[in-house]
Amino acid sequence: MARSTPVKKAWRSLAWLGVITVGLTGILAYGVIFDQASWAPKLALDLEGGTQITLAPKLGAGQAAPSGEQLDQAVAIIRQRIDASGVSEAEIATQGASNIVVSIPGTPDEETLRRIESSAKLEFRPVIFTDVAATSAVEPTETPAADDSATPTPTPTLATTSTAVPTDASDPNWVSPALFDEFTNFDCSTLDKAETNVAPEDAPLITCEAATDGTYTYKYILGPVEVSGETISDASSGLIANSQGVSTGTWGVFITFDAKGTTQFADVTQRLSGFDANTDSRNRFAIVLDGKVISAPTTQAIITDGKPQISGSFTQESAKTLADQLKFGALPISFTVQSNETISATLGAAQLNSGVIAGLIGLILVVVYSLFQYRLLGLVTVASLIVAGVLTYLMIAILSWRQGYRLSLAGVAGLIVAIGFTADSFIVYFERIRDELRDGRGLPGAVEAGWKRALRTVFAAKAVNLLSAVVLFILAVGNVRGFALTLGLTTVIDVLIVILFTHPVLQLLASTRFFASGHPLSGLDPNALGAVYRGRAQFRAPVLSPAKSGAGREAAKRQTIAERKAMASTGTDARSSSKPSGDRKDS
Amino acid sequence: MASFSKFGNDLYTGERSINFVGRRKVWYIIAAAMVLLSILLPLARGGFVFGIEFRGGSEFQVSGVADLGQDGPRTEAQNLAAATVESVDPAASPRVSIVGTDSVRVQTEQLLAEESNQVRDALATAFKVDVTDVTASFIGPSWGADITGSAIRALIVFVVLAAIMMALYFRTWKMSVAAMVALLHDIVITAGVYGALGFEITPSAVIGFLTILGFSLYDTVVVFDKIRENTTEDANSSPRTFAGSVNLAVNQTLVRSINTGVVAALPVAAILFIGAIVLGAGTLRDIALALFIGIIVGTYSTIFIAAPIYSQLRENEPDILSHTKKLESNRLAASTK
Repeated sequence: MARSTPVKKAWRSLAWLGVITVGLTGILAYGVIFDQASWAPKLALDLEGGTQITLAPKLGAGQAAPSGEQLDQAVAIIRQRIDASGVSEAEIATQGASNIVVSIPGTPDEETLRRIESSAKLEFRPVIFTDVAATSAVEPTETPAADDSATPTPTPTLATTSTAVPTDASDPNWVSPALFDEFTNFDCSTLDKAETNVAPEDAPLITCEAATDGTYTYKYILGPVEVSGETISDASSGLIANSQGVSTGTWGVFITFDAKGTTQFADVTQRLSGFDANTDSRNRFAIVLDGKVISAPTTQAIITDGKPQISGSFTQESAKTLADQLKFGALPISFTVQSNETISATLGAAQLNSGVIAGLIGLILVVVYSLFQYRLLGLVTVASLIVAGVLTYLMIAILSWRQGYRLSLAGVAGLIVAIGFTADSFIVYFERIRDELRDGRGLPGAVEAGWKRALRTVFAAKAVNLLSAVVLFILAVGNVRGFALTLGLTTVIDVLIVILFTHPVLQLLASTRFFASGHPLSGLDPNALGAVYRGRAQFRAPVLSPAKSGAGREAAKRQTIAERKAMASTGTDARSSSKPSGDRKDS
Repeated sequence: MASFSKFGNDLYTGERSINFVGRRKVWYIIAAAMVLLSILLPLARGGFVFGIEFRGGSEFQVSGVADLGQDGPRTEAQNLAAATVESVDPAASPRVSIVGTDSVRVQTEQLLAEESNQVRDALATAFKVDVTDVTASFIGPSWGADITGSAIRALIVFVVLAAIMMALYFRTWKMSVAAMVALLHDIVITAGVYGALGFEITPSAVIGFLTILGFSLYDTVVVFDKIRENTTEDANSSPRTFAGSVNLAVNQTLVRSINTGVVAALPVAAILFIGAIVLGAGTLRDIALALFIGIIVGTYSTIFIAAPIYSQLRENEPDILSHTKKLESNRLAASTK
């Protein structure tokens, strides 16, 4: 039968929808059981409160307080760093003259605090001299970054060349006897208290390398900065692969330099690779973050593509943190967490409840209006909205688990508004079906023909919505991203529902006697839709001017069997309703 | 009821037709007047009022407050703080939250030094703590210039991409132009109503505006798709003029436009009234007002602005002009017979 195909298709679509729903529920259930997901979406700062972190600038002795401009810059960078870790809608503002207040939902872990407070000023300095750190801390036996364990080789030339002018950054002439003395007595633990920039970029730096557990393993005398972190154009994190392309299982940060950085980096690696990797520690290149050495690898080859990778004692978390920090640039100044307190919601439960009540009232109004306008067809709208609601809820719960998405009151309002957007797809579709019925098609035919036309319109219109969501999500920061995510999500779900639920349900309904016969309560009554006038022709074909009897005969020819049946069964109605049509002309 | 679906039928067949395209001068004049009012009224009120998220403000922290461990006393403390601040300056729009277990944080509009001292005293009295336990400081904007900058950049990129997308989909840039004019009309009027009522522009309101932007374009695309269908499918063999085809499309989608407008506006109206009546000013009212006006104006402008402009832009194309002339001479011939 011709009709069996749409019905089969309809059931297949509904089955897909079921698979998607079960799949999403399964993903969320997995998250709830094995991870920290919860069945309810997490709420944002305005509804649930969170943590208020006050950051004070870390100032060295005699260092001036940061200017307003520096603070604004720091706020912008911190915001990008927080945004990069998820869509949490943090609130960041300056407070008083030199503080920054960061409010984030939930309780931040150490990693988050570090992500926010550290300057992340990255420098590449050549190693001039190195020694084992002389701290009381027990030294770990494993030192993955320094596998060519550099032996301290104090050369006698050091003391005598203090007055000579260094020729390049690796030149031992940088090390004056005074500096060497400072180096010998240097206590790595003082680094924890020091400010970020312990030495100017054009001067040598004494610093240490920290291991995973925070103890210091090596100390260094480093030459002046050769490549600065400002020349980094992008950074990402991942597992480092060896030369065969096999993953080594250690996390690292991959850097991409801009043109200037690439040239500088190539020059330096060319010079350093001239030193013997096994005997001369000057072959090594130190990667310095906020004044501390992350790692000081040996230079085996000249790197000309401007894409070095940093390995060190990274975990997956800390590699991502550093990559995000490098990507968005260094803070003009480092901060320290002054206070870290819980903060209550500013709006609280009353506002959320009112929002939900308003949403329910709105939904009921939409239901009433749909039933009024589309009779039983309105129930399809309601059912579609409910299915859309379920999918949206699941997706939001999953996003709040995976992406740190938080539902704010504005987000709730956005979801309520989405009812209107979603319902419009159904309205466009229903009106198209009615148009087809008016043109004299039978219901199953009208459903298929109307669907083709409606789908095109729905796709075009939703594409505009999706475009705005994607562009805003990629380019905007802060609250706007949360909004964009909500908009994009509801748009995609909307299209999914129209294709996998509304249309299949209509296909099935069209095959039932109740709807196919055009029962007055079905909302698809051909009589009410004017199709009954086709006998008198003038209302039949909109493309023709009135009173062409030829069109009437043609219309009769084009009637399907179902329509003729409908005609026959409602013949009396047709005659009686032709009278009011005359009245209408008077009005 | 029945009359409404009959209304729909008549619009579809052309039995009843509202002359949207033909009377465009009237709509243009109305639109110009509305836009002018939307610019003048807020100006007369002294420009837009931006919330503390944009301008920064004053922050007070009351420390050493007892019994803030439970939800009940917390809510009470929040209400007390808000009432106290409002008793000093009714326009301060305080945002209160509890920090830690014994502090109350109040953020308000930027206050003058004198007012700030009064608020400190009042808060100290209300919470029965020493004045020295109430600190006052300046809080910078949490919606900084960087957010505004990036949002505006994103907006421009979106509008340009949307215009290109529509031009490609509809195969004519004239539809993009018409849609953009309608979009501008919607934004100006929505913002104008905000300014005229003296509502504060908050981040929620901005998000409301962004939603409107999407809705306005969305609604226009739906109606334009019908126009595309009517004007391309029979093009030069059509018994109607181009303007007539456009007008028929608008009429045929009128029921859709009304239904969509109502369905989209109903939940928003529910938020607006619950938000405004039950809760007073706040996030819900801010966002709902922008949306409510925007949905109505967005639906209106598609019909009364976008479609007539599109028709006007294309009427003078040689093909369409000759088709129109042919139809006119036919009609003339028919009437003189």
